[in-house]
Parts: sequence; C-alpha cells; structure tokens
Amino acid sequence: MTSILSIKNLTITPKADLKRSLVNNVSFSLKSGKTTCIVGESGSGKSLTALSIMGLLSKQLVQTQGGVIFQEQNLTLLNNSQLREIRGKKIGMIFQEPMTSLNPVLTVGFQIGESLTVHLGLKGAELKVRIASLLQQVGIPESRADSYPDELSGGQRQRVMIAMSIACEPLLLIADEPTTALDVTVQAQILKLLDELKTRMNMAMLFITHDFGVVADIADDVVVMFRGEIVESGTVDQVLNNPQHPYTNALLDCVPDAAGKKQLKPMDYAWIRDEVVA
Amino acid sequence: MSNIILEAPILEAKHLNKTYTQRSGRFGFSTLKVKALDNVSIRLRTGSTLAVVGESGSGKSTLARCLLQLQPLDSGEVLFQGKDLAKLSGQGLRETRRDLQMVFQDPFASLNPRMRVGEIVGEGLLIHGLGSREEQKSQVLQMLKRVGLKPEDMQKYPHEFSGGQRQRIGIARALVLSPKVLVCDEPVSALDVSVQAQILLLLKELQAEMALSYLFISHDLRVVRHIANDIVVMNQGKIVEQGDVAQVYANPSQTYTKQLLNAIPGQKQLHKQALHA
Repeated sequence: MTSILSIKNLTITPKADLKRSLVNNVSFSLKSGKTTCIVGESGSGKSLTALSIMGLLSKQLVQTQGGVIFQEQNLTLLNNSQLREIRGKKIGMIFQEPMTSLNPVLTVGFQIGESLTVHLGLKGAELKVRIASLLQQVGIPESRADSYPDELSGGQRQRVMIAMSIACEPLLLIADEPTTALDVTVQAQILKLLDELKTRMNMAMLFITHDFGVVADIADDVVVMFRGEIVESGTVDQVLNNPQHPYTNALLDCVPDAAGKKQLKPMDYAWIRDEVVA
Repeated sequence: MSNIILEAPILEAKHLNKTYTQRSGRFGFSTLKVKALDNVSIRLRTGSTLAVVGESGSGKSTLARCLLQLQPLDSGEVLFQGKDLAKLSGQGLRETRRDLQMVFQDPFASLNPRMRVGEIVGEGLLIHGLGSREEQKSQVLQMLKRVGLKPEDMQKYPHEFSGGQRQRIGIARALVLSPKVLVCDEPVSALDVSVQAQILLLLKELQAEMALSYLFISHDLRVVRHIANDIVVMNQGKIVEQGDVAQVYANPSQTYTKQLLNAIPGQKQLHKQALHA
C-alpha cells in the first residue's frame, strides 16, 4: 500500500536552545484508509509532531532537521499561501477542545461552509445542500445549521468540528486527542463516527492520544513516543499484545483494565532510561 | 496488602436533595431549575472505597461538596459516625472537618501558588492548633516523605513540581491531619496514565496504613474497577444503580450502567493484554 504522507527524520528544537531536541529524528508514514495512533505521555512530543505536519509550530520552535513529504511535496519548504492550499482542503485537523475551537458568534453552518467557499468556491443553494449533507454525515439534524456553538453539547460541537474538517474530503485527517474532553459514552460514539468516515472516504488518519483503550479501538498502526523519540512502532496487535520495547511494556502495565484483573505497576523511569540507553 | 472493612458506615447520606437555579435563554432572562441531587442516599463502609461514577452533569461533584458541608443541602442528612453534620456549627464543625478531607481534581489549580509546600501541607495543623511548631514541622516532613517527596521540597513552590508531584502534595495536605474519610474528586483524571498508576497505588497503600475510608469520584470506569469496593452510578442527579463493584461490572442491572460499561474503550484488544499480564 502506498503511503500518503511520510515524516522523515523530523527534529524540532526550541529556537533558544538548539541543542535540546523536543522531537528527535522521528520518521513514520501514513497510509490511505488506515489509522495511525501516536501514543505517549505529556511532553513526549506527540502533539508537536502533528502540528509540524500542518506547519503550525509555535514561533519559539524550529524544525532543524528532516521533512514532511505529502504527495511528493516537501511541506516544510512551502510558504504560507502554498500551505493554505493544503490545510483544510487536503489535510483536515480536529483539536482536543471543542469548546474553544469554534467561533461563538458564528452559526455552525457558516463555520462548516467557510472552507467549502474558500477552497471549492461553493455558494448559495449548492453550499447549503453540502452543509446539510455534512451535518447529516456526522449525525446532527440539518436544522442545527443555524445554531450557535453554545446551543450544542460537547459531543455535538466535536461532531461539528469533524464536519468542518472533512468538508473538503481531505486525504488525511489529523485528530489531536479529539475525545479527551468528552464523556465515555460520547467518546465511544465519536470514535465510531471517525472510524466509519475513515473507511467510507478512504482517508488516512493520524490520531493522537494517551489512552491505550482508545488506541485498541481505533488504530491500525501505533507509534509509541517517549521523550521526543519513537521507541516502538508496528501494527496495533503487535504493539499492544507483543510489545518489544521496555517502555511500551511499562506503559501498558500502568493501564487499569475494565475487568480489574491486572496488577498495576508504577513506572520506574530510572530503569527505563538505562534500558533505552542500553 | 488488604484493609479491614467494617459493615458499619463511617459516612452515610440519607435522601439528599439539591436544586440549582440556572439562568437560561440566550440573554439569561428565564430561569431553569436543575436537580443536581434527587433523593440520593449512600453508605460509605468503614475502611472501604466507595466510587461515585457518572457523566458530566450527573451530580457527582455536587454530592462530594454537599457531603463535606461545603454547599448547603435543600433537604436530607449527612451522618458522620452517627452525628448529623448539619447540626454541627462553629467549633464542632471545624473539629469534624479534620476527619473529613478532600483531594481535588486539578493539581494545578488547587494549590496556592504563593505558598511553599511546607506551608501548604502544614496549614491544617496550624489552623487546628495541633502540636508545637517543631512537632508540626516533623509531621509535615514525615507526610511528605510518605507520599514520595523529599525533605528539601518543603521550601519549594507548587509551580516547581509536575502534575503527579502536585497531586502528591494535595494528598499530603489532606492526610497530615489524620482524617478518617478522604473524598477524592477525580484525583487522577488530569494525570498521564503512568503517573495515574503511581497515585492509585499510593492511595491504596495509604488506605491500608491509615485505616482510611475513600469516597472516590470518577468518570473512568477502569480506574474505579481497580480501586473501589462499592460503586454508585449516578445519572441526572439520581442514583441509578449501586452495589459491589465486581458484581455491578459483571451483572449490571440497569440499561444506563450497561451503556457506560460498554463505552469503556479498548475492551477487545486490551483484554488479551490483561490476560498475558
């Protein structure tokens, strides 16, 4: 299967301290119709990796090495107007907080339609039909197009975010902890929706999470990050059921199970560090 | 390590009711009454952990606050060791509060940024006038050591610590008064899973050592399965199901409980992993 996006030797450092890398020599690729999960603790560099794909790194950070190849184009070399052509059109993105990522003074219909107008030039009745169909695809009644974000629940707002991000039928969808702020039952619905959309539209999905339960439900491939580096990657079955790296093992030992059979083991970082170095 | 659980409740709530009035409509001209607690009764057995689970808005945090008398109830009574807390006031209430402590969800917001860790942890001892300065200091040191912090951490400020360490400070602050009941409101939900495991294990050890009873509020059913003996499932201010954790998980009688249990992520794949372990 051909890969749609590949990250090669990506290294990110703070501008103020070029010797300290926050993401170090990270490489992996994403395939159409497949979900790749990046898992790791906070500070492991998983969100930075995703942001750098879209060229959205904070100004204090700099990509010192490596690149992001998307459809034979190196995204790192593009300027802002070239990137705008790709962002939102070919690559969609969903963020963690559905409460803060929508504009409170615009209707959700308008916000969903914005990228359709900008990227595809849709207007009038045609635009309305597309918005209605997008809302329907994410499971929100069409009549909600005229609602403001504050009139929707957290789960509905996240559905609106999803509708916005898939509006132009992107080839790749990046989801940064999209269900962390949601209740479990809503989380289960959103995961199911994303999985269905991925299959129907044959999108590649890059899904960032710290929850191994979510990984087990949604991932095809898994990348485990620790302190800015990839320590292990492979299919979901390999990584969860036969982890090779001591860090992956230790992280899995921390996850409580629903059956309550497992003994939790706290992570021994000193030991992990020795193992990683060795 | 296991702890002794007595059938007699240390904390009991009977028929609690609490209604909030909320402004509604776009400009807040109309009001809406929300029943946060609707005839809620619970029993926390001495030495056990009772988990309160539910989705956001189910009333679980309101329950915690009402139990500790941090919020007035509309009706109902809270009995601590058989005494009605609502009938206590002034000195009596203050003394009882020593026995009922709380660990909060957000370790970033619940510690005063202008106080040193030694002051934060020792403040309770100071307020309750327990022991001399020297004794207080040695108690604080002992408690910090017990939760896994160093003696020199006493001089530091909260921002110098990670989330997990701050939660340890919060636990030390609550436990330095040797309470009997600890109410934990989502104590691990803001933490990484690796740190979460450390804190859960610490809470379990402390429970056995200090004969504590926990009221553990959480929306994470995996965590609850791990730490609790009994469970109360809340939805829209009402208790929909309660009982022994293992039994409720194995045989949920209510549709809502079944929905919650089915929504736990990762049951297929991680189940295999659990069997390997």
